[in-house]
Amino acid sequence: MLHIVNKSPAQTTSLHSCLRLAKDGHALLLIEDGVYAATAAVAASSGLAEAAQRLKVYVLQPDVAARGLAGKIMPGVTAVDYSGFVDLTVQHSASQSWL
Amino acid sequence: MKKFMFVNRKAPYGTIYALESLEVVLITATFDQDVSLAFVDDGVYELMKGQDTQGIGIKNHSKTYRALDGYDVEKLYVERESLEARGLSEDDLLVDVEVLSSAEMADLMAEQDVVLSF
Repeated sequence: MLHIVNKSPAQTTSLHSCLRLAKDGHALLLIEDGVYAATAAVAASSGLAEAAQRLKVYVLQPDVAARGLAGKIMPGVTAVDYSGFVDLTVQHSASQSWL
Repeated sequence: MKKFMFVNRKAPYGTIYALESLEVVLITATFDQDVSLAFVDDGVYELMKGQDTQGIGIKNHSKTYRALDGYDVEKLYVERESLEARGLSEDDLLVDVEVLSSAEMADLMAEQDVVLSF
């Protein structure tokens, strides 16, 4: 399963719900305002630092760059471009968007 | 003259709020009012240096904050607690701001005639 989160953890509970219900080994792609959760300074409070131990975590690089977050993403998170986003949706049997 | 405060609490680009706030700020400034901008919660992300929106096909409106002093909008306030929760400092911001504690921000908000929230 590929989980996709596009909201900041400070604005909605989307990420918290996703992390509560995603199973070990699933993939999580953070896009749009979801990328804030992966900044090193926020990863602990957003729950992402802990989740990265059991999920494969990706961020959409164009959304990282747009928000001035280049160089601020926590280690262990993989950046992908738009074609990488497409690859992820193909590699997983299903995608779940947490709006 | 009335004291107008624009309270910005949303990150840029994910929603239209940040851009809409900027537009209303510029309109209000042309009416010669006392304009303040407050940045709290995810609103502090609006002022991040180094925003590069080429890859998402949305105009980079962060540069507009640097033009505000040309409209006599010079009162930009950022809540310290919001910055710290996001691991940010004044050095991460693209304009000069005054950093206030929550208590100081509360006082400033309380003395406004009009508060517009984005």
